[in-house]
Formats: sequence, structure tokens, C-alpha cells
Amino acid sequence: MKQIKIQQQIHCYHCGNDCEEGYIEQDEKVFCCNGCREVYSILSQSGLCNYYSFNVHPGAEQKSGNKRFDYLKEPSIVKDLVDYSDEKFTIVTFYIPNIHCSSCIWLLEQLNRINPAIYYSRVDFLRKQVNIRFNNKQITLHGVVEVLDRIGYEPLISLQDVIRKQGSDKKDNLVKKIALAGFCFGNVMLLSFPEYLGISVNEQAFRQFFGWLNLVFCLPVVLYCANGYFTSAWTNLKNKVLNIDLPLAIGITVLFVRTAAEIITHMGPGFADTCCGLVFFLLVGKFVQRKTYYHLSFERDYRSFFPVAVQVIEEEKERPVPLADIQVGQRILIRNNEIIPADAILLKGEGKVDFSFVTGESVPVEKVLGEVVYAGGRQTGEAIELEVVKPVSQSYLTRLWNNEAFTRLQDNRMQTFSEKASKYFTIVLLAIALGSFLFWLPADLHRGISAFTAVLIIACPCALALSTPFTMAAALSIFDKNFFYLKNTAVVEQLAHIDTIVLDKTGTITIAGGNTVTQHGDVSEYEKGLIYSACSNSAHPLSRLICQFWNHQHKLSTNSYYEIPGRGITADIDRHIVDVGSERFIRGISSPGSGPKLTEVHIRIDNIYKGYFSVQQHYRDGIKNIKDLSSAYEVFLLSGDHNHEREALSVVFKPGHMFFEQSPQEKLDFIKMLQANGHRVMMIGDGLNDAGALKQSDLGIAITDNVNNFSPGSDAILDGKALSRLPDFFKFSKDALHIIYASFIISLCYNIAGLGYAVSGRLSPLIAAILMPLSTVTIISFTSIAAHLAAKKRKLL
Amino acid sequence: MSIIYFLIGCSMLLALIFLGAFFWAQKNGQNDDLYTPSVRILLDDEPEKEEKK
Repeated sequence: MKQIKIQQQIHCYHCGNDCEEGYIEQDEKVFCCNGCREVYSILSQSGLCNYYSFNVHPGAEQKSGNKRFDYLKEPSIVKDLVDYSDEKFTIVTFYIPNIHCSSCIWLLEQLNRINPAIYYSRVDFLRKQVNIRFNNKQITLHGVVEVLDRIGYEPLISLQDVIRKQGSDKKDNLVKKIALAGFCFGNVMLLSFPEYLGISVNEQAFRQFFGWLNLVFCLPVVLYCANGYFTSAWTNLKNKVLNIDLPLAIGITVLFVRTAAEIITHMGPGFADTCCGLVFFLLVGKFVQRKTYYHLSFERDYRSFFPVAVQVIEEEKERPVPLADIQVGQRILIRNNEIIPADAILLKGEGKVDFSFVTGESVPVEKVLGEVVYAGGRQTGEAIELEVVKPVSQSYLTRLWNNEAFTRLQDNRMQTFSEKASKYFTIVLLAIALGSFLFWLPADLHRGISAFTAVLIIACPCALALSTPFTMAAALSIFDKNFFYLKNTAVVEQLAHIDTIVLDKTGTITIAGGNTVTQHGDVSEYEKGLIYSACSNSAHPLSRLICQFWNHQHKLSTNSYYEIPGRGITADIDRHIVDVGSERFIRGISSPGSGPKLTEVHIRIDNIYKGYFSVQQHYRDGIKNIKDLSSAYEVFLLSGDHNHEREALSVVFKPGHMFFEQSPQEKLDFIKMLQANGHRVMMIGDGLNDAGALKQSDLGIAITDNVNNFSPGSDAILDGKALSRLPDFFKFSKDALHIIYASFIISLCYNIAGLGYAVSGRLSPLIAAILMPLSTVTIISFTSIAAHLAAKKRKLL
Repeated sequence: MSIIYFLIGCSMLLALIFLGAFFWAQKNGQNDDLYTPSVRILLDDEPEKEEKK
């Protein structure tokens, strides 16, 4: 059994990790690995040790070494990455996932002290970006990236460049519009006060003056700030759709026209302040709704998982070539831990390809020479040479990506409540307005028109338009605090409507790479050494797990070693024959009724059976809570993996609700099938293999252990440690919906109260000016407070 | 009382200047990063170091 030494935990000075496997000392400081020590020496040489004074253990772990940036020497790639370049200097922006504390900001802004050729560097903390300006005569882009990498801030450069995409986000000047509307609103309110308070008879000239000024202030608000509502209402009308923008546009128009008419004909003060206030609050609501997480990207496709360039072998020489330029017939070199970008034939080397990303199967697949290797696999082990048989754009993965699910428009998803309600709202509103007009028409045309416009003004669905954004924005920030990041506010409502949950296994309910090894049977210390030595020769993941399990054993000399792929190893170590492998390999039998026994490793020494290791995958903590969900929801498991965990999982999932060995296409089809049966499906997955299903589902959630890592395109990103809160998230999303209903009822009450004045044709500007902001403020405060209380109730705050 | 015309004119002008200043700041990217500067100001420089920006 594994001995746990009780000793004081030693933390790395740089990254703060436990130094489990020994440590390195320098300057009386302890480091967990050479990488961390290296970073420390660079910093201390440059006199940058202040880095450590701003935070305790600010560094990022440096263990995973062996990164290659050779492709950054290729001019065509460099050209695409830099923001600006001339003869003297270059400006470039990098996305650096490691940025996480104030020390990072400090260090990254002192790059010129590490290398003077870098003039300037500025960090944007929320976006996790650093903008660097450097002298391109003294240092190349490749050099800059190496400097960053050496101090522990490896930039993430992917084909689908994060930065570029964010930079190209269309700007609709919303902030500008809000500023202008607010400016006009404030001035109009000020100028309307004298009218409300009463202007004496001998100062009538002021009334005219203020009226005209109000009208002037209204003009930019209606023409510029509110133009989004008019264009949206018009396009919706053309497509024969009734949405909330139509009554809003009608309301704004009526307010403006009546104000203009009253002021020009000297009949009254008009509703200038109501008009400006309405537009201002609507725009604020729009702004609140548009919450974005700068450092998260929800719109990823396969390109973000692929390398930027591949090493192509031409005339015995390696050359990095941009991925898009890879052609059929080219020989490519894939090193350990690199992703194979296109379908290719294995020409040289031993392929051990980890397809967990594509298929979900976590054990590497052995590939023999001449075999076709599909794109998306990750080579583990030695470097291999492949010949490309299909261009990147036609590979298996890309084809899956180009499935119709990905090109599907987003708007055929579930309708939000405000969309549904506004349809009826518009019809009722127009009916009441017309009704009151026709009622007064025979007696008094003027009163008829006044009643008609008053109804449209007072019933303008301002509160309806505001209740959803404010409730959802509050919900979004509450989810955010619980490590659940939603793409936009509409997702909260979709979450509330879900009735079926589909989960992926590997990486979703199990932790990728988190395995527990249990030993069954007794072995002596000497035998431990034998097994350790045998396994240390093998690159098989299970062998490596066993080596990890017994780390720091004395390694004995191996006389002969023979490995049968997929079965086991036989080794002659210190004059003992050690056999390690599958049950069938060791005992000639396998337990009946089960598929491949991948999770057991059996041992025999000198033909004496010594027991076995069982390898169990770690489930996430939330797995028990998933079980609770199955009373209210249909919960399915869709795994690309073999079914060797079926029994363990049957505790959580109902029989018949588990499906194994599913290809990405089958996953997608399964979701489609559920949807065809009228279910509203939520899919939770982590890898590229789930990406199709994530897109197809009504709500796709990407789960990840590090939200800064790449995750597939989805509607929401969930941090792995928050999986256990999923039931609470569901309940809270329903609460949020109830809050919207309640706020809708409140706004209806205001409207009905106001309609009393309106239909009689006697709406005074003062009442409109009070009622409109009052209802808005009530709605905003009600939704914020109620959302807060609901979150408290669900213990999310 | 006609001084009010002048006063209103002044206040409008002032308000317009502020609006213009806001637009200018927005255009120059002053509101692009609302977090990092608040951290940056708390990071002390070492005394002997000369800042080159």
C-alpha cells in the first residue's frame, strides 16, 4: 500500500505548488521544478524580485516544458499575428492565459528590463492580453515570445486568433448613444420643471423658449439614439414578426410627434422629458443585457484547437508551414503532444495517438505504419512522420464541423418570455388605442386623437423591455460568482426551460487525467522494485500510472524487455521474469460478461500470480447531485469511451440511459432525436467530440477545469468544480423567470393605472413624466432585489 | 429676467463641452480597460529605477 509520509508541506517559492516529488533549492528558496527555478533566476538577475512581494506565489507552474515556437520565424505567420509593423518597430497583442494577479501585471509591464529591445508593454487584465511594442531590428517576434515563455507567460496563439476576433467586434456606439440620451434627458428635465411648477402669465415667453429647446434636445435622441428601435421594428414588420421593438418604436414616434405638434401649435408643453427618459432607460437596459466575459470565448471552432503551423519535411529539411497551406502529399512531422491537423498516413515512427479529444476514449490508440490517422488526435511518445492524404478543410473533423448544426441560425431556439409576451402586448395595446380613438371620434375628434396617442404613450412597454435585461443581468453575475459563465442573458431563460440533460463522460463527469490506482494482493519491497522497473520501460499510460503510484523506487537493470501492444509486457529484470498486463495476457482468462478490461493491470513474477492493480477514474464531486436531478429531468450519459465503467455509473444513471462508444456524429444525432421527440435538451461536454452535440442542443455547456483553456464553442462555460451546483443553477434560473413574470405584472399595474387617464384623453405631461420613470425605477429595483434574494435562498451568494 | 436666456446658453455650452470631453475620452480608449489601471497605481516602483515609457 502507498505510504503517506507525514511531513511539513513544502511549497514552491514561485508557483506555490506542493513539492511532492522532491525540490530544488537556490538562494535558500525552494522550487518544485527546474522551470520555476529558471524563472526565478531570470527575475533575480534582472532585479525583478519585487514580483514576489506583491503576491505570495504569483508564478505559474513550469513543469510542462518543451514548447516550440519555431513557426514564429515564418514571415507569413508573423504577418498575420502582428498589429502593426514598420522598419523600426512592431506592435503585437498576445493573449496570455496565465495572467491572474497583480504581480503578473507588474512583471509583464517591466519586460523592457529583461530585454531592452522591448520598448513598451501594457497589460489588459480583464482580457488577459498584453500589448507589446518592440524594436524589430534587435529582437524578433519569436524572441519576444521566448522571453514571455521564459518568465512563465506563454502566449496562446491559435489559428482562430482570440485577440483578432475580439478586436473585430462590431461597435454600435451604445455608450455614445447612452451618453447623448442622458445629456438630453437631463437638460429636458431641467427645462420642463418651470412648466410643471407653473409659469406666471407675464413670463409666457419662457414657455415658448423652453418648449423649443426641449424639441431641439428631442431631435438627436429620436433620430440618433433611438434609431436602432426603428430599424429593428421595420425589419421585423417586413418579416411579419411582432416583437417588443414595434410598440417601443410606436411609443417613441408618438411621443415625439405629439410633443412637436403641441409645441409648434403652442397648445402645451408636450412629452419631451418622457420621450428622452424612455430612450435613455431603454438604452441602459440594452447595455446591461450585453454583459460579456472578455477572457472567455464562446464561439470556438476546430481551428482554435489546431496548431498554427506544422513542420513539413521537404528535401530532408523541416520547415514550419501555416496550417491552411498544408497540401495533400506533404510529409509532416508531429512531435510528442502535438495535434495531428489533417487526415494522414503514418510513414515513420510509432504512433500512439490520444483521440480523447475527438472520440472521448481516453486510452491512446496504437497506430501501425501505413495506417490512416484522423485529424484531431494527439501524438503521445516519439515524433512521427505522416503523409497528408486530405487537406485540412476536408478532414473528418472539419466535415463534422461543417455539419448543418453549425451553420444553423441561433434565432430558431426557444423564444424568450418577453418575445412571446410582446406579441400579445402589441396587439392588445393597438386595440385599446384604436378603441378609445373610435369611442371619442363621433363627439370630439381632437379628444379622440389625444386619447389615441396617450394610450400609446402610457402603455409603451418600457418596463417589459427592462425587466428581462435587468433580471437576467443580475442572474448572470450571480452565476458568474459560482463559476458558471453564460454567453448572454437569454441563456438563463433557456436554462429554465430544459427538461433533458445529456452528459459526456470523459472530462465531464470524470476528471481528465485524474485516476486512482489501487493495489490488490501483496508484494514485497523487492518485488515492487521489479514491477516498477518493468513498467518504467513502457510508455503505456497504465504503466506510467503504476510508476507514478510507486514513485522513487530503485530501478533495477533490465536484461530483456518485450512489449505486446494492447496486452502487456514481459521483462527479465534482475534474473526474474516479470509479466505485467491484461487479465487475459497474464491468466489466460478474462472475467465473463464484460468488454475490454482496460482498468485492471495484472502482475506475475516468475510465473507466480501476484495480484493486480485496478485503475479507477475520478468522478467529479457533483456526480451525486446529478443523480438528484434524474427525478425531475431525463438524464442521459453519452460517452465515446468503452463501457468498462458502466457498473460504477449505473448508480447515477438509469438503465437504458447510458450509451457508450458514441462517435461525435452519433452524439449529434442522439440530441437531434431527443429534440424531435419534443425534448428541450441541455448537453454538457468538454471536448471536440462533443462540439457537434453542444451546438445542436438547445443549451450547450462546455465544462472545463481551467476556464482560460480552450473549450468548445458553447452557450455557457462551467468550471468543473461547480458541477455539483447544477441543481441549484436550475432552480435559480426558474426563480429568475418567476421574477420576470412578477415584474411584468407590476408593470401591467402601472399601465392599467395610467390607461385610466389615457383613454379619457386627459393625460397630462406631468403624470406621464412621473409615471414613466417611477415604473422603470420600481422594475429595476424589484428585479435586482428579488434576484439577490432568490440567489440567497439557493445559497448561491 | 432675460438674463435667463444667457444663463441657459452658458449652461448648455458647458454641458456640451463635458459631453464632447466624454466622447473624446471614449474614442481614445479611456474606457476600454476599466480594471488594470486601478491595480497598476498600487504597484510601487523601486526607488532607484527610472521609468521609461
